[in-house]
Amino acid sequence: MKNLPWTSLFIIITMLFMAVFAPVISPHSPIDQTLADKLIPPVWEEGGNAKYLLGTDVFGRDVLSRLFYGARVSMIVSALTLLVGGGVGLVIGIVSGYVGGRLDNLLMRIVDAALAFPAILFALLLAVTMGQGLRTIVIAISLLLWARFARVVRGEVLAVKQRDFVSLARVHGCSPVRIMVTHILPNVMNTFMVLLTLYVGVVIVAEASLSFLGAGIPPPTPSWGLMVAEGRGKVASAWWISLIPGIAITLVVLAFNLFGDWLRDRLDPKLRQL
Amino acid sequence: MTGDTVLDVRDLHTHFFLRRGVVKVVDGVSFSLRRGEVLGLVGESGCGKSVTALSLLRLLPQPAARTVQGKVLLDGEDLLTKSDREMRQIRGSKIAMILQDPQTSLNPVFTIGDQLRESIAKLHPGQDDTVMRRVIEALRKVKLAAPEQRIDQYPHQMSGGMKQRVVGAIAISREPRVLIADEPTTALDVTIQLQYLKLLQELQQNSDMAILFITHDFGIVAKMCDRVSVMYAGRIVESGPVRQVFDNPRHPYTQALIASVPKMRRQAGRLPTIEGQPPAFSDLPRGCRFAPRCPLADDRCRTTYPRSYAVGSEHTADCWKVGAAVL
Repeated sequence: MKNLPWTSLFIIITMLFMAVFAPVISPHSPIDQTLADKLIPPVWEEGGNAKYLLGTDVFGRDVLSRLFYGARVSMIVSALTLLVGGGVGLVIGIVSGYVGGRLDNLLMRIVDAALAFPAILFALLLAVTMGQGLRTIVIAISLLLWARFARVVRGEVLAVKQRDFVSLARVHGCSPVRIMVTHILPNVMNTFMVLLTLYVGVVIVAEASLSFLGAGIPPPTPSWGLMVAEGRGKVASAWWISLIPGIAITLVVLAFNLFGDWLRDRLDPKLRQL
Repeated sequence: MTGDTVLDVRDLHTHFFLRRGVVKVVDGVSFSLRRGEVLGLVGESGCGKSVTALSLLRLLPQPAARTVQGKVLLDGEDLLTKSDREMRQIRGSKIAMILQDPQTSLNPVFTIGDQLRESIAKLHPGQDDTVMRRVIEALRKVKLAAPEQRIDQYPHQMSGGMKQRVVGAIAISREPRVLIADEPTTALDVTIQLQYLKLLQELQQNSDMAILFITHDFGIVAKMCDRVSVMYAGRIVESGPVRQVFDNPRHPYTQALIASVPKMRRQAGRLPTIEGQPPAFSDLPRGCRFAPRCPLADDRCRTTYPRSYAVGSEHTADCWKVGAAVL
């Protein structure tokens, strides 16, 4: 366990802790408004109040508590979209790569189309037609993700299926489905895990962007992107409302990316030897 | 050739349909394999040996390649007319195969035991104890030391020779009628090669499995095979019992090939070589395919493919010049 990326692990674990124990550790309710206490700066600033460690927003809601609950939203959205988008991408990538031929061509052209389409625009369209909410945002971000997963996984499958153990499995009478499940899948799992961690960051940013644009999690549920959006009118006077969730997004995304990089190097022996 | 024949390949034609035209990689290959016999299929790289093997198993690269004509009779049943599902049943259980490179023949993420189990479990569904016993038995048969410990190891923990033994164990685990060995020793170092060949021979003698041994090494053919078929540019040009073909090669190509193998007990001068290159499959000569490189070729050789002449018991050669000498 040498050379673990401690910094990113620390940030990721902190975020998970915040998300899981949000109801326990939050000093205040994330949505109840206390208008008398509005726009209090963080405790270390002039006029700060120990009751609100990171200050309050325009409605007098505790920024710290909203940050905790926001972590929860980010985590749930990440988990669901990676499960749906990543899963679909994995299956399509394996089938497309292994079966090849016309099916591969067809699927990859669909992937091209999906990649060419501006995802944010599509998400806005979905939000308008289906209404805001967790379901919309999960579908929207999954649509953005699956094609990227499918493309990378397919590339990996093309390499794996050339290996002799796949030929040998066919020579020994394995059915295509069985080969894909027992021989291809375990050999692309490395890549898939790395993709998952690298795309957590992308999902968090996408969710924040959508919420910022008003197409994501509907208020008053706290989401980091939404918090940034709510504070943007007051950046000059009450910077903490936007900046604190902004910093949280940056740190978490950075942590996941660094962790993903580390994982990739760790799982790819060829890179490790360099 | 009577009831003893296990595998009978008749007039096999496998073509590759490419954008720039049809490439006849296997163009009328016939041979048969008797029970307990080792048949060597020799020829230089790219002459169609491996494609012949894949045609038998119907695992040609799709969609480019197709077997357009011929019969592959395994115990009298034509494999080319079987459904995909039936073929899957046959692969592994009736015809098994060993590939060239043991380094990539095993799945790196599973233990040796798991991979053998996958093959053997099909024979004894639901009987874990029996399967386990058979797994260890199979490894013992290929003389892998301490099989009980080995089954929990991953491929990267073993040497190339050991891995090839495991591949062999998988291949014979379901007691196939025919084993296709496609240059199984090319990737092994020389000392291990001999051991492996001996092992194959032993395994074959203890069962009545027939082996189709694909190689380009005449030395191995001499050691391993009962009969040999020499392939050139998609056709078998000479075949017969190993001793006869070696002592008295009749086709000019076979003669040239054998002459180019260094001899142990003779003064090594400059080794004779065959002038020129094998013909491209897309541009085959009209007559005998060897004619452009053959010192004896005349006009008839260049225009008409020679028929097959019997030059001994079970020894045939496709050459006009041989024909002229025999008649």
